[in-house]
Amino acid sequence: MTSMYGLFSTPELAQQAVDGLRAAGVPEGEITIQSSEPMEEYEFGSRDRETLMPWNAVLGGAIGMAAGYFLTSVTQKSWPMVTGGMPIVTNWTNLIIIFELTMLGAVFASVITLLYSARLPGRLPKFYDAEISNGKILVGVASPREMEKVEHALRASSGGVRKLELLS
Amino acid sequence: MTRKSDSSLTDDLLRPVFETSTKFYVTAAVLAVIVAAGFGTWFYQIYWGMGVTGDNWPVFWGLHETNFVFWIGISHAGTLISAILRIVNATWRRPVTRCAEVITAFALMIGAMFPLVHLGRPWLAWWLIPYPSERLLWPNYRSPLVWDFFAINTYLLSSLLFLALPAIPDFALIRDRTTGWRNWLYGKLSLGWQGTPRQWHRLESAMHMMALAIIPIAISVHTIVSFDFSMAVVPMWHSTIFGPYFVVGAIFSGIAALNIVMAIVRRMLHLEKYLQPIHFRNLGKLMLAMSLLWGYFVFNERLVTWYGNTPHEMAALWSTQLGRYSPMFWTMIFCNFILPFPLLTIRKLRSITATVIASCGVVIGMWLERFLIIVPSLSYKGTSYSWGTYLPRWPEIVIFGASFAAMALLYLLFSKFIPIISIWEMKVGEHSNIKVAAQVQESEAAGELV
Repeated sequence: MTSMYGLFSTPELAQQAVDGLRAAGVPEGEITIQSSEPMEEYEFGSRDRETLMPWNAVLGGAIGMAAGYFLTSVTQKSWPMVTGGMPIVTNWTNLIIIFELTMLGAVFASVITLLYSARLPGRLPKFYDAEISNGKILVGVASPREMEKVEHALRASSGGVRKLELLS
Repeated sequence: MTRKSDSSLTDDLLRPVFETSTKFYVTAAVLAVIVAAGFGTWFYQIYWGMGVTGDNWPVFWGLHETNFVFWIGISHAGTLISAILRIVNATWRRPVTRCAEVITAFALMIGAMFPLVHLGRPWLAWWLIPYPSERLLWPNYRSPLVWDFFAINTYLLSSLLFLALPAIPDFALIRDRTTGWRNWLYGKLSLGWQGTPRQWHRLESAMHMMALAIIPIAISVHTIVSFDFSMAVVPMWHSTIFGPYFVVGAIFSGIAALNIVMAIVRRMLHLEKYLQPIHFRNLGKLMLAMSLLWGYFVFNERLVTWYGNTPHEMAALWSTQLGRYSPMFWTMIFCNFILPFPLLTIRKLRSITATVIASCGVVIGMWLERFLIIVPSLSYKGTSYSWGTYLPRWPEIVIFGASFAAMALLYLLFSKFIPIISIWEMKVGEHSNIKVAAQVQESEAAGELV
């Protein structure tokens, strides 16, 4: 399986390459982009923006809240203990634990969503170039159908085009 | 847009990770010896019992509790400030955030050690953890100490994640520039990070969501630490303003600690290009605002006590204003209010050195404040036959000193393994600056700006 990618020194050139690949008929999902920093000011850096993270955080918070409620009130009822003349289930004080677990649930849900949706942890793909850490932006296509068109689109953007043999 | 600066920025910020000087080993060794002395003293205290400390009737909370509240307060600087600056998108935050977040992580760990140190029998600390006990008892959810357990651990876990997540792309940078065991280690730590637009966007979304959650968590932590005192009917503790008073004091001492740490890191790691006077100036302004707020709370608290004129409260109050503890009180006022005010307000005096001097004053002043909240109130609790005094003994002082050494050692080791300034965030900042400059140039060329 042959793959091809170019390394670009500026985001403008990377954007040109992405546009060129699209014009060459490469489907959006087959274009790979990698960089050492977010490029959200550029169109190519704004792909895959949709995320359920805020909703998942709310859901995580709700789960944490329920866990906090059960941990405090249910266990207080199961092992009744009178302290300082307070009721067995002390909602005022339980609110503190419920609040902390709500927030912890929201934080954990955000992290889990990040790891799941960003596919972390994962193995570093062979379709990767350490030059990215020197500020280069990688634009490429894994196993393109029309190799010449892809090469032309990448070369048109003055990228250092590299061919890469990938094991299937 | 030019990207020529990328490489030099990365090299500058990775230099401390790749290059190790003799100074580093000597400093680390000295600090490790002090920390070891602290642990040794703790074991001595465990072996001989709490009698070796100055804790005695009626003052059973002394230096260990002072240090607990002090370090939890210091921890407020980092993650809270970083979260606020992230949410308001303050561009100058970029070199500051990780320096600050590291303080939170380590200060919380050190702070959380002190209740264990004070337990006397630290092997029973797990009784605080909620679990279905064979003793048919669950931890008492009405106890502020159990609230502490939940609040501190929530803040610690959130802060560690808040610190670790943006470090993943930097681990990937180190992975790509190393070989051998370092490549293996940073490869594992970077979790296979590739830097795709999806990964960047998810990381930024997660950071934003966590920042939103961490602000109320941070406020709750120090409020709950204040509940350790205000829930007790002890003179000058049973106060409704203790929550916000503690939160303001914590942010105040936290910013001061951050200024000191930034100045040391700047000098030792030669990061003058990145930690610039503007960062100290902006944090200095924030510290000044906190100084004023803190002064307001101190006045408020003391005025209400004085006006109430309750005999046992007045005894505690006068001991700090004119009595045995008054030298500490007036030193605190000088350090927290009188010293920072001219240094941070008069333009001619404002400099990195002045900010650091003011910050050192604030750290000393806030430690004294913690001591003055705890000890005088316990000394003058109840009727006069139960009044007493407290003087710390050498084990408490050694452990106190070792906690500072532990903070310095942990910070030193962290900066050896992880860039102390987030590289990718700095790159984003540099490009934004270049973009803004280009827009200004374009506007000038078009005659829009005169």
